[in-house]
Amino acid sequence: MRKSLLKTPPSGLSSRLAPPAAAALVAVGAARRPATKRNGSAPYTGVPRVRVAVEETSTEEAEQRGARVRLLEGFVSRAEIADCAQVALQWLRDVAGIKQSICLIRPSGEGSLFVVGAQGLGSASMSFSLSLEDWNNPLLSVLNHRKEIFFPEPHSAADRKRRPATPFEDEPFHAVPLGVTGFSEEPFGLLLLGDSAPTSPELHWFTSVFSQKLDQILRQEALTEGDRRQGRERSLLYSIINAVSDPILLTDTEGRLLIANSRALTLFTATEEESEGRRSAVRMNNMLLSSALSSKAIEETGATRRELLLVNPIDGSDLVFELLSTVTEDPRQGSGVVSILRNVTDLRRASEEIEENYRKMRVAEAQARAESDRLNLIIDSVADPIVVTDAGGATSLMNEPAERLFTIPKGASAIEQRWVQSNDAHFSSFIAGMLVSADQRRVGEIGLVDARTGEAMPVEAIAGKILSEHSELTAVVTILHDRREAIEKAKLYEQLKQASDELERKIQAATADIAQQNELLRRQAIELEQASALKSQFLANMSHEFRTPLNAMLGYTSMLLQGVGGAIEPPVKRQLGRIESNGRHLLTIINEILDISRIEAGRMPLQLSKVRIPELVGEVKAELEPIIMRSKLTITLTLQKDLPSLYSDRQKVKQILLNLLSNALKFTHHGGVTITARAEKRDRTVQLSVSDTGIGIASADQEKIFEDFRQLDNSPTRAYGGTGLGLSICRRLAQMLDGRISVQSQMGHGSTFTLTLPIKGRR
Amino acid sequence: MTTKADSTGDAKKGDRPRVLLVDDYPDAREMYAEYLEFSGFEVVEAENGMEALQRAVETSPDIILMDLSLPVMDGWEATRRLKADKRTAPIPVVALTGHALAGISEGAKKAGCDAFVTKPCLPEDLVKEIRKILDAPDAANRKARRSGKYAKSIG
Repeated sequence: MRKSLLKTPPSGLSSRLAPPAAAALVAVGAARRPATKRNGSAPYTGVPRVRVAVEETSTEEAEQRGARVRLLEGFVSRAEIADCAQVALQWLRDVAGIKQSICLIRPSGEGSLFVVGAQGLGSASMSFSLSLEDWNNPLLSVLNHRKEIFFPEPHSAADRKRRPATPFEDEPFHAVPLGVTGFSEEPFGLLLLGDSAPTSPELHWFTSVFSQKLDQILRQEALTEGDRRQGRERSLLYSIINAVSDPILLTDTEGRLLIANSRALTLFTATEEESEGRRSAVRMNNMLLSSALSSKAIEETGATRRELLLVNPIDGSDLVFELLSTVTEDPRQGSGVVSILRNVTDLRRASEEIEENYRKMRVAEAQARAESDRLNLIIDSVADPIVVTDAGGATSLMNEPAERLFTIPKGASAIEQRWVQSNDAHFSSFIAGMLVSADQRRVGEIGLVDARTGEAMPVEAIAGKILSEHSELTAVVTILHDRREAIEKAKLYEQLKQASDELERKIQAATADIAQQNELLRRQAIELEQASALKSQFLANMSHEFRTPLNAMLGYTSMLLQGVGGAIEPPVKRQLGRIESNGRHLLTIINEILDISRIEAGRMPLQLSKVRIPELVGEVKAELEPIIMRSKLTITLTLQKDLPSLYSDRQKVKQILLNLLSNALKFTHHGGVTITARAEKRDRTVQLSVSDTGIGIASADQEKIFEDFRQLDNSPTRAYGGTGLGLSICRRLAQMLDGRISVQSQMGHGSTFTLTLPIKGRR
Repeated sequence: MTTKADSTGDAKKGDRPRVLLVDDYPDAREMYAEYLEFSGFEVVEAENGMEALQRAVETSPDIILMDLSLPVMDGWEATRRLKADKRTAPIPVVALTGHALAGISEGAKKAGCDAFVTKPCLPEDLVKEIRKILDAPDAANRKARRSGKYAKSIG
């Protein structure tokens, strides 16, 4: 319901919804007392002349006749002027279409005309009157000349000045005199009709009938002094109650509305033309009012104040009224209830607002208190002393650490008191400086004293001014920070830095030294490399130069031994044999030197091929056959069956085996030599071993024999020849082939040299 | 250059295979020459590459023993030229050197040598190598094509 009310468009409604109070009052009365029975044949008491006139009218004007009958019927039971006037004006509206009209009557003996009835005009019209002494008033001329006058709409200021002041204001209207025609007396009333109502014969009929009725009443009742006063007071009363902005209602004992002022009408009445929302609001307001005014409710609460919640039909808002009801006893009309509604909506709202503001204020106050408590807590929890000073330099707040500096503890000794006083003096001078300066913020150092120990305590003071809204100094907040620790740290840091710098210098010096040594080593390495390369090249060249003459020597010796130059004697042959064997030995030495040189110079390429071990071992044995024959040693071959072939450098494997076997033959005087070959499937290698029953090698020497130019017997008269390069070359060749040579030996019990080679050869 | 070589080159001694021996070291050259003749070869000598080219054309040897380190023109260059000349190209060339360092034999083969023998090499070993080459079937064909008869080795 409220929603629909809210949707009701409020604009332009108020003027339509506020009917003129007088009309409204009459309307209410009419609703209560239906004035006419339209089709009834009520006894006619009108003027016979009129009746004749009615009868003379044509049948075509039956409607006009019906209308006249209605007016006459309306007048029948009316004994009071006001009642008659209302009936008459209502008739004018319904029949003649004159919506706005006022009826003025001059009571006998009065100098003014008073309104007895009005329709379609504001409530102010009821208080309108016309004095007969106002000679210039054009309306009086209507009375004087007994003739109606039309006052048109004014078109200029002059026009407006000529017009009489009436409730019509600037609207055009007719002024018609009321009085019995033919009588010598002057007219007793005036009828003001709004708009440009036609002065038709029907109006003449009406005027005469109305005038006769009024004259009748005036004559019959012969108005008393009291009646006249009553008329005036009534008019005044209407003005007063309409002027009251609070709704005022008179209801009968059943709660039906008898009288309502204009404000009450907007709340409790609505015509069919009003919007649905508005009518709903009005219906609800009536219900609310009825229940509030029910006799029971009144009995229970007495004539007291109650609250009444209504809906504003104009905008749907809530309205709160204070309802004052008083039961009135009227001996003539029975008892009724007068109710005055006082709008307390704004009052209520204001009170609620005050309450809300008060609540907010209390919350804010609590928050401020909590904030203040927290601030105090924070300030106290800060380890640095904090002092708040007012604009005059007096201390207004300090936290605990500050108190320890600036307040004299209980039972303090004289010296302790002096420490605190000294602190106070220093701080005061700092603050004084701050107060006189224009700086907003100041940082300084103050030489305080630790009030507990007397130790010097330099502090860093950071002070800031707090200004009010008007930029007036309200306080100075100073935070003191103990510098002792920082100074101590700085000292330590300086020491640390010195030590670090010293260390760095030393490291730099050492590094430079190392770099220098590295450079030296690098140069030496290069020189060594160059020397080694030169040595290798020299040896290669020399071996070539050695071999050329040796070639010729061996060649000729061989030729002589073969008897190319003729037969030779056996002793000579033996001597030539010595030359040949020594030459061969020399050649071996040269070849070994050459091999070492090639290996060191990296000029010993591998030529990989399939190597069948039994075949290779046979070749080696065959090559050394002359030596074997001479030594009378037994040679045993122990070759594993289905030995896998190697993929390796055949020439180099053979060279190694030749060397091992010739060594075995050289150092073995009794027993024999065994050549063993077997495959090691686990690590995919083949092991070739040469074991002898010779002199053996001490375990301490077993590694030395693989070194260059190393023979265990270095004496000039050594028993065994050779360069001492053989095993060194063997080990290097084995390494080139991804293999290795190892030795197992015991002095006097022979040696076993084992060559291990991968089956797949080089990776 | 020896008179013996000239005389043997002029007077064709029937079926004795002819060897052109190129070496700048006289003792070695003479030793091999003496032994080769003793072994039944006819020997023509030259002491540098340039001379070797002349002798090869003049005497059409069955085989050439070429030392590689030679004055005037070295053995590699001489071999390349021999193999480039269609008159001498079919003649097998055995390189003979005291340098045993790696790469020498590769260079020799590139130059066109058919075999490679390292000095020191006993005379009898050299003769074995020569006979092996001359007895090979393609060598026999070459010989047949050139002289119209099959050369049979001795010993």
